Amino acid sequence: MSVVLDRLRERFPAEVVSTHSDFGDDTALVRRERIVELLTFLRDDPETLFDFAMDLTGVDYLGEEPRFEVVYHLYSLEKKHRVRIKVRLHEDDPVIDSAVSVWPGIDWYEREAWDMYGIVFRGHPNLKRILLYEGFEGHPLRKDYPKAKRQPTIGPQE
Amino acid sequence: MNHGKDGAPGYALTTLESLVNWGRKYSLYPFTFATACCGIEVMGAFGTHYDLSRFGAEVVRFSPRQADVLLVAGTINYKMAPVLKRIYDQMLEPKWVISMGACACSGGFYNNYTVLQGIDKILPVDVYIPGCPPNPEGIIDAVVRIQKILETGAPRAADRWPIK
Amino acid sequence: MAEPFHIARAGEAPDLQAEPMLLNIGPSHPATHATLRFHAKLDGETILDLEPEFGYLHRGFEKESEASTWTQVIPYTDRLNYVSPLMNNVGYAMAVEKLCGIEITERCKYIRVIISELSRIIDHMVCIGTNMVDLGALTNFWYFWKPREEVYKLIEELCGQRLTTAYTRIGGVMADLPEGWTDRLLAVCRGVIPDSIADVNALLTKNRIFIERTMGIGPVTAKDAIALGFTGPCLRAAGVPFDLRKDQPYLVYDRFDFDVPVGEAGDTCDRYMVRMEEMRQSLRIIEQAVAQLPGGPVNIDDPRFVLPPKAAVYENIEALMNHFKHIMEGIKVPAGEVYSATEAANGELGFYIVSKGGGGPYKIKVRPPCFPLFQGIPHLVKGQMIADLIAVLGSVNIIAGELDR
Repeated sequence: MSVVLDRLRERFPAEVVSTHSDFGDDTALVRRERIVELLTFLRDDPETLFDFAMDLTGVDYLGEEPRFEVVYHLYSLEKKHRVRIKVRLHEDDPVIDSAVSVWPGIDWYEREAWDMYGIVFRGHPNLKRILLYEGFEGHPLRKDYPKAKRQPTIGPQE
Repeated sequence: MNHGKDGAPGYALTTLESLVNWGRKYSLYPFTFATACCGIEVMGAFGTHYDLSRFGAEVVRFSPRQADVLLVAGTINYKMAPVLKRIYDQMLEPKWVISMGACACSGGFYNNYTVLQGIDKILPVDVYIPGCPPNPEGIIDAVVRIQKILETGAPRAADRWPIK
Repeated sequence: MAEPFHIARAGEAPDLQAEPMLLNIGPSHPATHATLRFHAKLDGETILDLEPEFGYLHRGFEKESEASTWTQVIPYTDRLNYVSPLMNNVGYAMAVEKLCGIEITERCKYIRVIISELSRIIDHMVCIGTNMVDLGALTNFWYFWKPREEVYKLIEELCGQRLTTAYTRIGGVMADLPEGWTDRLLAVCRGVIPDSIADVNALLTKNRIFIERTMGIGPVTAKDAIALGFTGPCLRAAGVPFDLRKDQPYLVYDRFDFDVPVGEAGDTCDRYMVRMEEMRQSLRIIEQAVAQLPGGPVNIDDPRFVLPPKAAVYENIEALMNHFKHIMEGIKVPAGEVYSATEAANGELGFYIVSKGGGGPYKIKVRPPCFPLFQGIPHLVKGQMIADLIAVLGSVNIIAGELDR
C-alpha cells in the first residue's frame, strides 16, 4: 500500500475516515477536528515531507450530507509523491481551521474557496473576496447558484 | 483637395472639415484596452508582420486623455466594467470605439454570472470585429472602417445612442 | 510609525517626514499586462507594502465547465493560458484520460510533446518580450514576434486556428499532422527561432543597463519559494531543480535527453536566463521528438471515446448513432476524482476533475501556476522601488486568463 496513507492512519487513527488510491492518486478523507495538526505532521514527518501545498479547493455535493468538501493537494519535493486530503463540512457549519500557519502559500487558495463556496477558514488573516468584487451577492460555484444570473453593474470603485 | 467622396448623397463637408478629417483619420491614436487573448492578437497587429502603422494608427497611447480610438479587446466582466466606463468617459471628443472579439461584442461563449454580455451594454460601439480571436487582419479592417466613417462624415455610434 | 506632515516653525529645521503614500497601480495599466491591480504603500519610490488585487478577468471557467460536456470544455481550456494554449489542451486531455484509464497511441504522445514544447517556446518569447518592453527595450519584442508568427503559421496549418487551438481530444488529437509539417517545423526550429534567441541574447545578456535593472531585483530564497508554492521557472531560478518532466515524467519525456536550467539567486536576471535556456532545451526536445516520431494511428480505437470515421457515419447506422451520442450527450467517463499535473511554461498546471459518471464534469479545478507567483510578489518587492515592481511583474509572467480563470 502507500507509505503516506499508512503513516497517516498510524498517527491519526481517529481522524482518518477512509482512504483509497483510485486512479493512482492517494486520497484520505479526514475529519476537520485536528486538521492543522494533521497537515503539520504531513509537512514535517521524515517519511512524508510534504513541503508543497499545491492546491486547495472546495467542492459542493448538493444533495449529499455533509454538503461541502475541502480538498488539499500536497506534493513532496524530495520524496516525489502526492496526496489528496479531503474534509467534509456540513452546510450550516462550513467552518474549518486555516492552514496558513503550515504553508503560507495556501493563503489565497483559502480566500478563493471562501469567495466561491462560502467556506469559512477560522484564523485566516484576511478572509475577503478575491476573484469577485465586494458587493457581489452569493457564492457562485455552489450548485444552487444559477449560472447565468446577472449582477447589478456597480459604479467605479475607489 | 481631392479625396474620394463615396459618401451618402446630400452630405456637403466644408473644405476645412474635410481637411481636419483627413488629418484625423491618418493619425488615429488607439487606446488598446486589452484584457485577454485578443490582446495577443492586438500585439500581433502592431507587430512587424501585420504592421498597423501602415494605416497611421501606430502611436499607441496608454492614457485615455491622449487617445481617440478605444480598442476593447477581450472579455469584460462585471468587475472590469466600471473601469472601462471610466476610461471611456475620460477620453476627449471625438472618440470612436472598436469592439474586438466575440467576448467584447456579445460576451462570447461565456454566458454566466460574471461576464458582461457585450460592451455595448455600457458604451456606444462603432465597429465590431467578430472572431475568437480575430486575425490581426480583422483589426486592420476595423481601423480602415473607422477611417471611412471619418471620411464620409457618417454619424458615430455615440451620436446615435445617447448612452451616458 | 511615520509622523504626519509637520510645519517647520521659525528656527527649526524643516522636518520632511510624511505619511506613506497610497498609490493605486490600476487595473488598466500597460505594464501590468492589463487587469492586474496593486495597492501600493510608498515612501517616496520605495515600496513599504503591496497588496495585489485581481479578478478583473474572472470568466467563470469552472461554472461553464460544469454546464458543458467533456469535449466542450476543451475550448474553455485554450483561453486559460492564452499564450501557450496547446499546453492547456494537453493537460486537460491527459487528466480526463487518466480518469477514463485509457492509454493513447505512441504517435499521439510524440505529437503532444512536440506541440507542448513549441508552446513553451512561444510562451517564453512573450514573457521576455513584454518584460523587456516594460523596461524600455522594445527591439526584443519585435525580434521575438517574428518567430511567433512563423510558429502561428505552423499551428494554423495544424488545427485551423492561430491562438485558440482546441487541438487535443479525449483519446487523441483532432487530426493527424499535415503532409510535410515536420519538415516545416524543423526549418523553423533550425532557422528563425534560434536566430531570434541569439539576437536577443546579443542585445541583452551582457548589456550594462539590463544587468543593472535586473540583477538583484526581486530575489527569493529557495526556502521561501517552496513555502509560497512557487513552481516553474521562478522556482528553478531560485535554485530548486523541480521540473515535472524529470521528476514525474509524463507522455514520453523520459525518452529524451535534455537539461533543466537552474538559477542561483532567484532574481529577475536569473528568471530571464532560465527562460532563455529553457527555450534552447525545448528546441533540443523537438529535434529528438521529430526524429523518433513513429507512424500509426493518432487516435485510440475505442468507440466509447473517439468519434467514428466520417465515412462510416454516412454509411452505417451504428456509427451514426455513436456519433450522435458523442455530440449530444458527451462521452461517458467513469465516476471518481483525479488530479493530473503537467509542466506548463509557467509552472505546474494541475487539473483536479471530479466526475459523477455523466457526459460532463461535475467539477473541474484548474491549479494555475501563476496563482502562487502573484501571491508571492509582495514578498519579492518589499523594500524595493516601483520600477523594480514593474521589472519583477514582467519576469514572473502573470497571465490573467490563467490567474483569474
